[in-house]
Amino acid sequence: MKRLQSSLGLLLPILLVLLIAAWPLVTSQASDRESAFTILKAITLAASLNILLGYTGYVSFGHIVFFGLGGYVGFYLVAVQNWPLVPAMLVGGLASGLLAFLLGKAILQLRGAYFALATIGVNEAVRAFINNFQPFGGPIGLTMNFKVYQQYGGAMQALQMAFYLMVLLTLIVVIVSHRVRVSKFGLGLLAIREDEDAAEVMGVVAPAAKTWAFVLSAIFPGILGALFFFKNGSVEPHDAFPLAASIEAIVMIMLGGYGTVIGPVVGGLGFQWARGFLLTNRFFKNIQLTVTGMLLLVIVLFIPAGAIGWLRHRFPKTRRVLQ
Amino acid sequence: MDFVLASLTDGLLLGFVYGVAAMGMTLIWGVMDVINLSHGPVIALGMFGVYLLAAALGLHPYLAVIVVAALGLLLGIVIYAIAVHRVIDAPHLSTLLATYAINMVIIGLGTAYFTTSPRNIEFTLGTSSIGPITLLWTRVVAALAALLATGGLYLFLQRTRPGRYIRAVANNRSAAELMGVPSTKILALSFGIGTLLAAFSGGLISTFFPFTILSGGVYELKSFVIVVLGGLGNPVGALFGGLILGVLEGLIPVMMPTTWVPVVEFVLFVVILRLRPSGLFGAKQ
Repeated sequence: MKRLQSSLGLLLPILLVLLIAAWPLVTSQASDRESAFTILKAITLAASLNILLGYTGYVSFGHIVFFGLGGYVGFYLVAVQNWPLVPAMLVGGLASGLLAFLLGKAILQLRGAYFALATIGVNEAVRAFINNFQPFGGPIGLTMNFKVYQQYGGAMQALQMAFYLMVLLTLIVVIVSHRVRVSKFGLGLLAIREDEDAAEVMGVVAPAAKTWAFVLSAIFPGILGALFFFKNGSVEPHDAFPLAASIEAIVMIMLGGYGTVIGPVVGGLGFQWARGFLLTNRFFKNIQLTVTGMLLLVIVLFIPAGAIGWLRHRFPKTRRVLQ
Repeated sequence: MDFVLASLTDGLLLGFVYGVAAMGMTLIWGVMDVINLSHGPVIALGMFGVYLLAAALGLHPYLAVIVVAALGLLLGIVIYAIAVHRVIDAPHLSTLLATYAINMVIIGLGTAYFTTSPRNIEFTLGTSSIGPITLLWTRVVAALAALLATGGLYLFLQRTRPGRYIRAVANNRSAAELMGVPSTKILALSFGIGTLLAAFSGGLISTFFPFTILSGGVYELKSFVIVVLGGLGNPVGALFGGLILGVLEGLIPVMMPTTWVPVVEFVLFVVILRLRPSGLFGAKQ
């Protein structure tokens, strides 16, 4: 019984992801599949950012850099070098991880708001760099030759395969984020979040722990970027580095619950659902950004712990199962 | 060489205006440790305020800039009361997100109402040529106005009672409270002055550049760079930071394509944050 309870912390988010994945398979509508893909993409971004933001307490406005860079590297390998998709995705993830490692050496010594400011700078610098980098097509970007999809049995099959890969990736992110949460490494990260100096005194090697948390949180958006732009068929700087998407990922984490495993899953689902509702509603269509902003403000001001954090606080019994 | 001089003058004049925008951000940072992510939209509101007052009411653009600055003060106090006051002592994430939420609200309403098509104000003061340099008088006036604003802010902070209160709160809020400084009012006032400066700089920019509701974002990013150059929380440093950025923007296009300007700016930004987080003019920590 006790074992079951402790593993529920992992089983619940996995179950939720599987439900989202099963929805388009049941309805077998292509549009549902696209919606589910968008939700899973949001969950992957939020859950990977949560390792840095939720566990370690470092606010990054540059999470989307890793998505964009991995996307560009993966896309370049598939479209120009004719690599198969899966190795290209992995290399995209590695490229992002490497960038995070180097950046971590440079800016993770900055704390609090200074780190947040530096990540904004990194986002803009990388975007401007890609805009001027000719092998990646500069401001025009790259487009995929349609023939590439033939290897996967045509565009329809390729889309279906991309969806399955997306489900798999989301599951991996959720499992990794749970493993980190319950590990000694994760405990060190949480200690850094609460008080970095105290954590160091207690024997947490903060620079190393922070760097690895940053690398781990960067690999998944890199893989995701490669997959997303493969499915998209083209990549350009404007789509690859939207600062707003970094902030949306933060909103999802705040909505679901900062530093929990299931929080980003709930938050990603809730945020995308709300946005879908606002975008299709005749009255809210034009001011959806405003409504989202107000929602964010209300969360920040009144329920800073997010939905899961609020539940855990309000009903202490749920703490056993909600992690 | 002629081209360098012309480009440098242009950059320098713009630098003053960038400096004023950044001054607002750095004041808010210095007094209450809040990075105001609603800065860009307020700059854009300043542009549209001047546009509406000049186009709809036929006000002279410079008069409109002053009206807009006054409205900026009010707007700032409202933003502080709604979004910032409750989370002022919470971790940075809360204030960053709260001000970003305001950003989203303004941009959302702005795009719904004004759309994102570019506007401009039909206004010119003519030009004068001195050797190779062509001076656009609107930019010279803007630079002078920026200097006046800096001087005014400096005198306000140094010589008036509210100014002293602001410096006291920036220095140590709890000690200031014990000395009877009404800290909530002072915080609201500081936030108001910060947004006043943002709206003011937006208004000045609108007299010589076309703009959209999203234009503020560009100047917000420039403000980050300038604030870091001049030292977070150092208003006069911000003016110098603005001038440095202006000069860079004038010089870089001489050496490489203009599109590389943001790369250089942001690399500089990260390097300075890393090596001298207190800014070029701040004391070494």
